[in-house]
Amino acid sequence: MPRALTFGWLLGFVAAPCALVLVIAFAPSDAGVPPFLWPLGPQGWRGSLEAVATLTADDFYLRALLRSLWVAAQTAALGLALAYPMALAIARAPARAQPALLMAVLLPFWAGFLLRMAAWIGLLRDSGWLNTVLLALGLVNEPLPLLYSHPAMLLGLVHAYLPFALLPLYASLQRLDPALEEAAADLGAGRFTVFRTVTLPLSAPGAAAAFLLVFIPAAGEYVVPELLGPPEAQLLGRVLWGEFFQNRDWPLACLLALVLLVLLLLPMRLFQRLEQAP
Amino acid sequence: MSRLLLWLGLGFLWAPLLLLVGYAFSASPIPFQWGGFSLRWFAALAADARLLEAAWLSLRIALGAATLATLLGGGMGWVLARQGPFRGRALFGALAGAPLVLPEVVTGLAMLLLFVALQGLLGWPAERGATTVLLAHATLGAAYAAVVVQSRLALLDRGLEEAAADLGASPAVVFRTVTLPLLAPALGAAWLLAFTLSLDDVVVASFVSGPAGTTLPMLLFSRLRLGLTPEVNALGVAILALAGLALGLAGAMLARSGRQSGKAG
Repeated sequence: MPRALTFGWLLGFVAAPCALVLVIAFAPSDAGVPPFLWPLGPQGWRGSLEAVATLTADDFYLRALLRSLWVAAQTAALGLALAYPMALAIARAPARAQPALLMAVLLPFWAGFLLRMAAWIGLLRDSGWLNTVLLALGLVNEPLPLLYSHPAMLLGLVHAYLPFALLPLYASLQRLDPALEEAAADLGAGRFTVFRTVTLPLSAPGAAAAFLLVFIPAAGEYVVPELLGPPEAQLLGRVLWGEFFQNRDWPLACLLALVLLVLLLLPMRLFQRLEQAP
Repeated sequence: MSRLLLWLGLGFLWAPLLLLVGYAFSASPIPFQWGGFSLRWFAALAADARLLEAAWLSLRIALGAATLATLLGGGMGWVLARQGPFRGRALFGALAGAPLVLPEVVTGLAMLLLFVALQGLLGWPAERGATTVLLAHATLGAAYAAVVVQSRLALLDRGLEEAAADLGASPAVVFRTVTLPLLAPALGAAWLLAFTLSLDDVVVASFVSGPAGTTLPMLLFSRLRLGLTPEVNALGVAILALAGLALGLAGAMLARSGRQSGKAG
């Protein structure tokens, strides 16, 4: 019973929508509502490659694609660099302090994504908190253009996805047997050598999972670049949104969704492999 | 060294929120500027009919979506953990996990196309709004609920259920008196996760909603694009207070059930 019911739901609400994206990417666009013609009609197939032609007409979309991957990689690398020492410190803390420290990392999540972005806008904009402080201290003569910049966007992305990186790292570091590190130290390895030859290799799967868990959502991110990023930061998520809501080109939006999926297939497969590994 | 970075990282996570909360009590009409203590932005929040309407809509959607997601996800977790190989199991697993890894813009677009196609074929849904957002959020939340329930079932001691069955309990009685109580914390966590996801989502809702269904995150997002007002700070304080209250209650309930099971054991 639960199998038939849930399988039905998954086919209807997950498989069918994904199949529709695939079909409508090759639909001819139209001026009506919805703004496309069904490619499978009583007359048979009447698909179109309009969207493919638009996508490949110039390098705008290719650049958006590469930019998305670059921003996602930067976010994941920064998140990993910040989350690793934090996870290590939590895993090494006394056992009774660990739940509270983990809670301290996860609680800001509960404030909601948009409110955290609102806070960054309030801190970074021209009349914002940071500029007010800098002006009052006499460090700058006019407000720095901090908001709507590449660093502001990265800051927001790292803030949004840091817990995604921290949890798998903490899980792998916490499982690590301290006897291994002690043995290396007893055999004369310095603290850095112990870290480089024992701790780091043993936590590598956790680090890879952390990188991918940030990379995958960041590659398709729409809200953070829109609220904190510069106008020229046309990432794939933002371009898709624009084609759909502003240009009402649904077939092109579907094709961009397919491109994003194909692009993320490799990182997703890697992540699954890591999950299945013991 | 790593401890110093931990405190720096926590500062990075918390500082924006603490400042957001602090400046909610400032009289200045410019957000994040101090103009003396005042509660005027809380009064403005309480008088903002559009915002309260959106918040009420979001709350109703989240309650419905979380409940449906827990039922669906619970079923999926059960199928994945307890039912052996069956035809299409690989497909079932892939579909159950897909919403976890699909980018939000893709999920939103795909769900919208489904509702548009259904409307063309069946005439339902006649217009998009609260119902379509609820269904989309339930689908998304079910994927998370399935993971939580499946991993809990995998850790559960089958011996307890077998003992109850050996003592003559029918499968339905075993499920109701043994499995379900043991599964309750996981179901509660799954519900809470789906509830939070629904309340926090702006992208999927923007795709599948219509003119009649502006949720709180959708309203907040459109206002943030135009500019920040100190009312947003006051809203932040209200949401953090509610989240803190909910977490406190959940913690107290968990502690109580822990004590009870401690006594029983």
